[in-house]
Amino acid sequence: MKLVKPYGDTLDDGAMQLSFTLPLEWSEAADEAARALVVKQGFTDVAVVEGRKIAAGFSFFVVYARTPVAIDVSTIAAPRAARDALDMDAVDALIRTRVGRKVRIAGACIGTDAHTVGIDAILNMKGYKGDYGLERYHEFEVFNLGSQIAVEELVRFVKDRRIDALLVSQVVTQKGSDIANFTALAELLEAEDLRDGIVLIAGGPRVTNLLAAELGYDAGFGRGTLPSDVATFIARRMAERVLA
Amino acid sequence: MQLRIDLEAVAQARRFATAIVDPIAEFIAGHSTVAVERSVARLLGIDGVDADGIPLPNRVVDALADPAGGVARALGASIAETGRTPQQVATALVAGTPLSDPAHTPVAAIAGALAPHVTRALETIDARRAERATFLRELPQAPPPLLYVIVASGNIYEDRTAAVAAAQAGAQIIAVIRSTAQSLLDYVPHGATTEGFGGTYATQENFRLMRAALDEVSAQLGRYVMLTNYASGLCMPEIAALAALERLDMLLNDSMYGILFRDINMKRTFVDQHFSRLINARAGIIINTGEDNYLTTADAVEQAPAVLASQFINEAFAHRAGMPDALIGLGDAYEIDPDLEDGFLLQVAQAQLARQCFPAAPLKYMPPTKHMTGDIFRGHLIDAMFNLTSVMTHQTIHLCGMLTEAIHTPFLGDRALALANARYVMGTARHFGDEIELRPGGKIELRARAVLSAAVDLLAGVAGRGLMESIAAKVFADVSRSPDGGRGFDGVIAKSAHYWNPFEDALRPLTAA
Repeated sequence: MKLVKPYGDTLDDGAMQLSFTLPLEWSEAADEAARALVVKQGFTDVAVVEGRKIAAGFSFFVVYARTPVAIDVSTIAAPRAARDALDMDAVDALIRTRVGRKVRIAGACIGTDAHTVGIDAILNMKGYKGDYGLERYHEFEVFNLGSQIAVEELVRFVKDRRIDALLVSQVVTQKGSDIANFTALAELLEAEDLRDGIVLIAGGPRVTNLLAAELGYDAGFGRGTLPSDVATFIARRMAERVLA
Repeated sequence: MQLRIDLEAVAQARRFATAIVDPIAEFIAGHSTVAVERSVARLLGIDGVDADGIPLPNRVVDALADPAGGVARALGASIAETGRTPQQVATALVAGTPLSDPAHTPVAAIAGALAPHVTRALETIDARRAERATFLRELPQAPPPLLYVIVASGNIYEDRTAAVAAAQAGAQIIAVIRSTAQSLLDYVPHGATTEGFGGTYATQENFRLMRAALDEVSAQLGRYVMLTNYASGLCMPEIAALAALERLDMLLNDSMYGILFRDINMKRTFVDQHFSRLINARAGIIINTGEDNYLTTADAVEQAPAVLASQFINEAFAHRAGMPDALIGLGDAYEIDPDLEDGFLLQVAQAQLARQCFPAAPLKYMPPTKHMTGDIFRGHLIDAMFNLTSVMTHQTIHLCGMLTEAIHTPFLGDRALALANARYVMGTARHFGDEIELRPGGKIELRARAVLSAAVDLLAGVAGRGLMESIAAKVFADVSRSPDGGRGFDGVIAKSAHYWNPFEDALRPLTAA
């Protein structure tokens, strides 16, 4: 058991910073309302260090407070999909020796999402932060379908082109549209009996590996992911499949 | 602060851009699109939807027996024959009465029947423009950079609350971002809407609701707050028409964005952007072009010449539609990797270069997005450097960067923080750019010269090869699009000898460049 609290300047002081907007005209009473709101959540030593009007009927607050809550980190597990990534040559070599053919990869932003920044960073030859994109790998054949791809269209593509690994990206998360789209895709792949034959990967700034697992995906890659992280995962999973 | 740049190279870039646009202009003159025809129907007063929710302008244009002749002839003939208004012709069509065959009606009768409706549309557009001029005189804006923020809740009523709050916090321009799917819809949705993804549908009623709210807050604040939407995608000219009727002040409108980044057919886009800009020129609407997109999808340092080249092409297309420089808001963005040493110098070079190449244009400067992370504190700092670049290089339209850019569509408090950041930096450094001189032969000047020279080379190459061929050959944004591929190609119409569009006729002479 290892209990941990936020660290301000002293171990276990529990110091946290919060900021939020209240739909209240600013006044001393609004400051007090902000303080009371934070106290009610169990914080102590609550200090409203900034409270001001930002528009008619809206006030903005910055608050420092201490939390009495500690968390036992020995009980926390959050496996990362990206473990010790291989470089491009090593990935290509792994596929050549263990899979023995090119791996066919398709990527798309599904549903109405038009934000291709993430999927492009992973797939485009150029890559991201000096890490080459999947198109540059010799042993990958990559189809970047772009944005606003319907789930049905994507599933048809997977079937027609005998895709090995499918990468889907969701950036817009408004009203849970990302979850709905990810789920719809997984279900349709299942219904078409294609799910077990592919490596299914979710991506996006708000995606975690844990979330992806809950949605029935093989892996989830969030912010900070490099193309080689994804490439390594695909290569290892494909190699395991051939073995199995 | 002035860069010493080769003015002959600037003139050369402009000559190449004109040469690039010339053959496209010829193509444009010979073609219309279903979206242009629907715009004509809307300008003539056709509005509303049928029982299935299909907009009447779509019903009318889809019902044309001879699309190559244009919607105006068929409507004119129907009006001449029945004495109905355009709207009554449309509702009668839905009820089962077909449009009249214009071949059976004399041309003069068609023109005569339509004339009052054409006149009324133009009078409305002119009245809206005059209203804006009055507002700007009585409620003058704060000096540029004009602070521009986005609202995007999906619900027009929530957007209204957010827009009014942003105006009170210092925003001078409000953009209602559209639902992400809208650019690919081949119709304009109808009525007030409360559901959208990543944004709110652009509809005439939503325009009206937001304009009314902003007029109210403008009066309260004593300064006119401008409204922006998106004339892009498959309904580009229809949005321009609605914006002209509802007094929007700016429209995002790019001559190539849809082709490259939304896979919309290039012929469709070229024809649509021209008619949109004819309307914008008449309505006094400032266009914002989309060069920022080159920078978000590829490396910003490498793409700098493509941005400048695209600005020259957008300018040439806009001039072709009769737009004066004062309405051409050419785009750029602050997207260089913050970890690159002296990246700020490169940003200043690019922004100042655009300022000097397009001295009369209301340049649109876009904030960092690509390198923003969940670290909102760092993001707020990067935004401050962007704000400094903007004020010192005299940008005109300044889209405020959000500290939560990488996280969610902005919260109300995020906008207030972003505006406070911009107001602080732009206040404390208001005349900084006027007080400093750039070192001759220094890093900033050399960078600007290199970008200009590379842009001239790029334009020369495109002029030699042809614009459509260059787009096919991946010259822009590393994307290849074929002239007959992409969305909306089936909506391109080759005009027949009988083709008639009274608005094209009315807008052209007034706005000849």
